[in-house]
Amino acid sequence: MTSATAGSTKKPLVLVVDDFADNREMYSEYLSFSGYEVIEAKNGKEAIDAAYARLPDIIIMDLSLPVMDGWEATRRLKADDRTRRIPVVALTGHALAGHSKGAREAGCDSFLAKPCLPDQLVAEIRRMLEGGKATIVKAKGAR
Amino acid sequence: MSAAFPTQARVAESPREAAASARLMLAELLLASEEAGECAQAVVDWLAERAGARKVLCALIDAGSGTVEHLAASGVPEDTIASVHLALEESGHPLVFALASREPVALGKGARRNGDGLRGDFLAIPLPLSEKREARQGLLLVSPARCAPDAKWAAEMLGQKIARLRAVSARLESEHKLQRERELLLNIINASPDPILLTDPEGRMIISNARADALFSARESESEGRHRAVTLNNMLFSAALSQQAIDESGAYRRELLLVSPSEGSDLLFELLSSVVQHPREGTCVVSILRNVTDLRAATEQIEENYRRLKMAEADVRAERDRLDLIIDSVADPILVTDPSGKILLMNSPAERLFTAPESDQSAEAERAVRSNDAHFSSFVSNLFLAGAGLRLRGEISLIDPATKQPLPVEAVAGKVLSEHGELTAVATILHDRTEALEKARLYEQLKAGSEQLEEKVREATAELVRRNELLQRQHLELEQASQLKSQFLANMSHEFRTPLNAILGYTSMLLQGVSGEMSPPQKSKMLRVDSNARHLLSIINDILDISRIEAGKMPVHVEEFEVPALISELLAEVEPLIQKASKLVASTDIQPGLPPAWSDRQKVKQIVLNLLTNAIKFTSEGTVKVIARSDDERRELRISVQDTGIGIAAQDHDKVFEDFRQADSSVTREYGGAGLGLAICRRLARMLDGRIDLHSEAGAGSTFTLVLPRKGKRR
Repeated sequence: MTSATAGSTKKPLVLVVDDFADNREMYSEYLSFSGYEVIEAKNGKEAIDAAYARLPDIIIMDLSLPVMDGWEATRRLKADDRTRRIPVVALTGHALAGHSKGAREAGCDSFLAKPCLPDQLVAEIRRMLEGGKATIVKAKGAR
Repeated sequence: MSAAFPTQARVAESPREAAASARLMLAELLLASEEAGECAQAVVDWLAERAGARKVLCALIDAGSGTVEHLAASGVPEDTIASVHLALEESGHPLVFALASREPVALGKGARRNGDGLRGDFLAIPLPLSEKREARQGLLLVSPARCAPDAKWAAEMLGQKIARLRAVSARLESEHKLQRERELLLNIINASPDPILLTDPEGRMIISNARADALFSARESESEGRHRAVTLNNMLFSAALSQQAIDESGAYRRELLLVSPSEGSDLLFELLSSVVQHPREGTCVVSILRNVTDLRAATEQIEENYRRLKMAEADVRAERDRLDLIIDSVADPILVTDPSGKILLMNSPAERLFTAPESDQSAEAERAVRSNDAHFSSFVSNLFLAGAGLRLRGEISLIDPATKQPLPVEAVAGKVLSEHGELTAVATILHDRTEALEKARLYEQLKAGSEQLEEKVREATAELVRRNELLQRQHLELEQASQLKSQFLANMSHEFRTPLNAILGYTSMLLQGVSGEMSPPQKSKMLRVDSNARHLLSIINDILDISRIEAGKMPVHVEEFEVPALISELLAEVEPLIQKASKLVASTDIQPGLPPAWSDRQKVKQIVLNLLTNAIKFTSEGTVKVIARSDDERRELRISVQDTGIGIAAQDHDKVFEDFRQADSSVTREYGGAGLGLAICRRLARMLDGRIDLHSEAGAGSTFTLVLPRKGKRR
């Protein structure tokens, strides 16, 4: 429970995209608790709209989404000059090998597999925002 | 011929002288003439002209035939002349009578008979007898009778003349005859192909034929060689004769070798000579030489041929003996028949079929033999049918005379031809077909059986194909089902994870005091929620692993890595668990200088971690040891996890590797876990071309060993 922006006046804005409300709100609450400003989107379409409207510092993108899936949304965001620089962390319950590869090809900067504990997510966000290199965290939950 | 006498020559002579002169003239005429008819005419003419005869007729009779040979006449009519004929057997005839008498006979009118034309008083003067005085030579008829003295004289003269002429003619004729006979004899001698010689006892030639001349004489003009050969032959011949002279026993025969003067070659003669005693010539030797050169050669040839014939005969006999032996030694019956069907030769197997056995003279055996004979003859006779060729093959149903059982045989008959193509014999071989027929029957059975079998095999094959297709379809269906299952499990894991993510997330938040600090009992209960959620997650992860392996979606990344470092990492990860179990001690036993592993580090780690957590889970107190060894001989790397836990009974060793299994289901409740860990480990080990060995006994701990190939093949 450390502040995300120690010594900073402006809280980093995180866009959490997930169609499953409990997960979205759980991450959202924990990120707020951890000192981030959070906006939410329920599908790819809303994610793109929100990204254009608010230009978040980082986007947490679930891949299996209704209306428009996470891969497509990421491709569009990465194809737009306004949103290209925003890091996208893919977060999915599909732990099959093809998923992380597809995510990287779509333009995701990092990949996390569910279940992903909120503090793990915060650690990844912090790393990405500090300019750390993109990493793929294998889908190996706590044992 | 009437002008033959020169009437005016001696005109001045006296009658007596004139008469003497006339007689002299006739004598001269007769002396000069050499022909009987001429002489007769001269006499007639002389009588008519000089002796005053009006009619004269002279008939000369051939002594042999007795008929008139010459007839001369003067002053006699032609028809009278024509009527004159003499037949000596008519003894009553006046002319014949006159001829037989010694003195002249006057032929009176009364003497006329048989219409002969001698009319008037002819005086018939018989001519004197011939030299041999056998018969009268003729008659001189003269008229008138006063001419008788002159006529008698003339008749005397003519008779003498004729006799002389006839004697000369007879001598000439006999000389002629002799000459002819001599020539004939010489021709005969010359015609002989053999040399014939008449010699004196010293060998001097008296008579020789042409063949003999060719051997024993040579003309001056002929070659030197021929002269030498002839000389030599004469010497040889003389020598042969002189030898004979010692032996005076008449005919003599010996061989004489001479030289052919023309060719110089040796000629062998057989000399046949005999001594002839001649009253005038004395002792002569007649020799006949017969050329036996060719005969000798022919004799030798015949002897040689005879000798060869003997040898050939001996050869043939030996050949025949051998042939007999061979034929007898052949097990198949062999018969040789002449063209008429008569059996010339048969070997003992054939005898058993075609002659009644001595031991069995029964009618039945006799019948069998007769039947065999008939069948055989009938078969062989087919060979003589037009167009049958040289060979004939066929089957005959014979009967074995010994057993009376049917004996089917195959017969092969061949014509035996002479050099000239004449049929001399027929050779037949019989071959017992009983066995062949039995074999054929068995073969048929076998074939039928084989066909049945084949049919069965075909059916079975078709069934197999059907089943195979079914299996393939089932396999396809199973694969599809498996795919569906994997897909389903993947989807399910996603569906499980999503809510689990929320549970774990919220639990974590509560435990972190995001919603305010909890009381210790709350926190304790919340920890249990967390623990169960994590357990659920591990089960879900295991299921996901299996489905990924089975779906072939678990890639292998081979790399070189150090095993000790890996083991350290593992021990660090399980450190919290070990600390939790206070009575457990963990240790390592790593071979010094262990070569680096060549495998998928992530998967090796996953396997050993699984083994390690199992060991800790089932060992409440004691030790857990990780051992690493390299087996250079088998080129294997062994990482073992040894515990002193509850162990596994031998009969359960295989079960623990099965999906959703624990050795004892009751254990599951006590120790938790879905029982998928070892199943996954075994699958992963196989993916790495390795295996997991288990050594364990119930209550005596377990040792699980991951065996990996060293520097295994890349995948």
